[in-house]
Amino acid sequence: MGILHTINKSPFENNSLESCLSLLAPESSVLFIEDAVIAAMQNTKFSSLVEDKLKAFKIYALQPDLDARGLDGGKVINGIEVIGYNDFVDLAVSHKSVQSWL
Amino acid sequence: MSDEANNEAKVKKFMYVNRKSPYGTIYALESLEVVLITAAFDQDVSLAFLDDGVYQLTKNQKTEGIGMKNFSPTFAALGDYDIKKIYIEKDSLDERGLDISDLQELVYEDEDNDYEEKSSIHLVSKEELSKIMDEQDVTLSF
Repeated sequence: MGILHTINKSPFENNSLESCLSLLAPESSVLFIEDAVIAAMQNTKFSSLVEDKLKAFKIYALQPDLDARGLDGGKVINGIEVIGYNDFVDLAVSHKSVQSWL
Repeated sequence: MSDEANNEAKVKKFMYVNRKSPYGTIYALESLEVVLITAAFDQDVSLAFLDDGVYQLTKNQKTEGIGMKNFSPTFAALGDYDIKKIYIEKDSLDERGLDISDLQELVYEDEDNDYEEKSSIHLVSKEELSKIMDEQDVTLSF
C-alpha cells in the first residue's frame, strides 16, 4: 500500500486539501480528521474536487469529528468511507507510512 | 454631566467576529467566553458568524467521541444576557452546502412586548454585514 495522507484543516482555512490531492501517488489514501472533515461534505465549494479524486483513490473521514461538528453522516459525499479511531489505526498500519498535512 | 448621563454616553457598539470552526482551534470557545464575560457591562453587543464560523452554530453537535466539551448549547443563553443581534453571513452557508435550518434557533424575550420570544438570528448578505461592521465602535476577531 502507498502512503496514508491525513489532513486536519478546513479546506476553507488553508490549501492543504488542494495541495495534498494534487500530489497523490498511486496506491495512496486520504483521511480527513478534525476540521478537515468539512471537506467530506456534499455541496461545498470543494465537493467536486474531492469527488473527482474518489475515482482513483480511497478517501476516509473520521466519524467522531463529523459528529462533534454536527455534520450529518448522511450528507457525506458518496464514496467516502466514514470510519472510527480503530479503523484509523488499521489504516496507519496497512499503509507504508503516514504523511500529515497541517 | 451627571454620572448617569455619563454612563449612557459610554455605551459602545461591540461586535464579535467569529470565523473559525468550533473544535479544531480554541478560538470559538474563547470568543463565547469573552462574550459572556463582557455581557455584564451593558454594551451594545452583536455577534457575526461567517466563513467557517457558521459551523459553530450547527445543530446536533455530539462531542463525546473527541473528548471535548460541547459548548454549542451555551449559545442559547445569549438571549438571557440581552444579546439579540446575531448575524449569519449567507454566502458562507451557501458555499458550505448549509442552510439556515442546519443551525440552531436562538431567541430572546422581548420585554417591550409581553416577553414574547423572538429570533436573535439575522441572515445577512455580505453587503449588509459590511455596513453593520462599519457601524461598530469596537470589533473583536476570533
